[in-house]
Amino acid sequence: MQKQAIFQSRLLPYALVAPQLAIVLIFFYWPALQAVIQSFLLQDAFGLSTTFVWFDNYIELLKDPAYFEAVVRTFFFSFAIAVSSLSFALLLAVMADKPLRGSMLYRTLLIWPYAVAPPVVGVLWIFMLHPSLGVLSRYLRAMGIDWNPLLDGNQAAALIILAAAWKQISYNFLFFLAGLQAIPRSVFEAAAIDGARPMRRFWTVTFPLLSPTIFFLLVVNIVYAFFDTFGIIDTMTRGGPGTSTVTLVYKVYTDGLLGGNLGSSAAQSVILMIMVIVLTGIQFRFVERKVTY
Amino acid sequence: MANVTLRNVRKTYTGGFEAIKGVDVDVADGQFCVLVGPSGCGKSTLLRMVAGLETVTGGEIDIGGRVVNQVEPADRDIAMVFQNYALYPHMSVYNNMAYGLRNRGMAEAEIKTRVEEAARVLELSSMLERKPRQLSGGQRQRVAMGRAIVRQPKVFLFDEPLSNLDAKLRIAMRVEIRKLQRRLNTTSIYVTHDQLEAMTLADILVVMNGGQVEQVGNPLAIYEKPATTFVASFIGAPPMNLMSTRPEEIRSQLAGSGAADAGILGIRPEDFVITDQTPAGGVALPLTVEAIERVGAETFVYGSRQEDEQRVAATPGELPPGEVIVRIPGTEAPAIGQKIRVAAVRQKLHLFSGDGRTRIEA
Repeated sequence: MQKQAIFQSRLLPYALVAPQLAIVLIFFYWPALQAVIQSFLLQDAFGLSTTFVWFDNYIELLKDPAYFEAVVRTFFFSFAIAVSSLSFALLLAVMADKPLRGSMLYRTLLIWPYAVAPPVVGVLWIFMLHPSLGVLSRYLRAMGIDWNPLLDGNQAAALIILAAAWKQISYNFLFFLAGLQAIPRSVFEAAAIDGARPMRRFWTVTFPLLSPTIFFLLVVNIVYAFFDTFGIIDTMTRGGPGTSTVTLVYKVYTDGLLGGNLGSSAAQSVILMIMVIVLTGIQFRFVERKVTY
Repeated sequence: MANVTLRNVRKTYTGGFEAIKGVDVDVADGQFCVLVGPSGCGKSTLLRMVAGLETVTGGEIDIGGRVVNQVEPADRDIAMVFQNYALYPHMSVYNNMAYGLRNRGMAEAEIKTRVEEAARVLELSSMLERKPRQLSGGQRQRVAMGRAIVRQPKVFLFDEPLSNLDAKLRIAMRVEIRKLQRRLNTTSIYVTHDQLEAMTLADILVVMNGGQVEQVGNPLAIYEKPATTFVASFIGAPPMNLMSTRPEEIRSQLAGSGAADAGILGIRPEDFVITDQTPAGGVALPLTVEAIERVGAETFVYGSRQEDEQRVAATPGELPPGEVIVRIPGTEAPAIGQKIRVAAVRQKLHLFSGDGRTRIEA
């Protein structure tokens, strides 16, 4: 079987892929290369002279306790966002998988939040939880909680995690529902006859059979929490109070664009790029395998 | 060990559709009961109601003297073999069989004994560590059986367990299931749409149609005395020939045999002989041979009746009007287009009322 398409002209295939290649080269490889070059350079405070400093930017960065804090914070955020949105989405999917009346409506409504852009998500949650404007803040204070995410770093972090996880629930829900529906009903029925109560049935049958989906979503959610939470952080806390909600991506932005330290910012970008490559590698290596059980 | 009794069991879905319209069946302890009928007749629904996977909207299901309408599937002490086997894909064969026992808190040593015994009986001993996807269809089927027998339940339920197997394996497994059931002597309810499977497996056969029971009884008794034209045409292959008694030719032959009320005459293909004589009280029909099928041991002759009369009520496996199937020994084969005369003796005639719902004994 001939799988390759045959072209009369030698140039035609190149012409056809050229637009795609041009976009990738101009908008991805070129800036990436720029970032790598920039990460080896040091500019003076006025941008008048630039020196080639080899790995000094990286060494500086790794010695910086603020950077180390941002790394730990980013991992913690990712973990918290992934775990909370995955578990909540799984719970909702298991509920929605039952033959309920109006389940179509229920499912459609659950998918909607995915259409909301991250900065809008931030604004929505701020409206609800802003210390002086927020509707929910009043109830929290009435309950005796001293709610002020503008001053309390932990509360600000909780707010970011909440909003970011909320947005990702829809996406996870969709995949979990599809995963659940791919399991033959009779397997659950067999387990019910085999004497497994609902909770045991979930942990011994549903959960293992969903494990490929869970692993796939875990990687996707970590990538999301790493990179796509920028809009949420920027609209909700701008990294504050202090630096209590500055993640790695947000730090690239503040150090580079606000702080003017282009060398360090570029070095941070390169480190993030390496992380993305590793995560994508994990995804291809494990998730693309057809069956993991 | 238990008997299973269904008393006026009904199932009405929320939309108002009545899937089961009042079924009464009594399966004695250790009996093998087969529910047979065309697809959509409610047989699987009925089985799932016995299993507890579908709610009962009317009547009572009684297993071993206990009404189980409100009892969870797990607490009914039944085991079920599904059409698609429903094995746990992430568990080994051993764990598939052990799962139900572990859920009931049985000691691992006892589980091991039971699983190994079942594996030995089902010739799965060398495959205990494999996953279901590494097994063939027949092996998966046996694992599903094994999962049922290790539990030593009161009742086995089978939902078309052989329909995903190829023809040869199906016959082999059919015999295996029967032998196993005889040996374990466990009350069983088996659903199938295959009348041959039904005939060969059943102690007690339940023929269903449109959510209702058409006839219950010993398979051979049903074969010999079908209660309705539906049963007559569903049980037996090729199906019984059904014809109206209205044409003068048939009416005159039946006259005086007490069949005055009968509207439909049924004769099984195998009860015809090619002969020029008309047996006393029997029926003879002149036929033109339209087609023949020689399958070795027997020959099927498809003939058309000379007169172009209307055939009776629509039934599954309905033949074109006026067509008659005759089964003769494989050594004989009339030529196509040949005019023959076939006859059946009085004892082999089946008479039904005009609507096909009642059998008339003359």
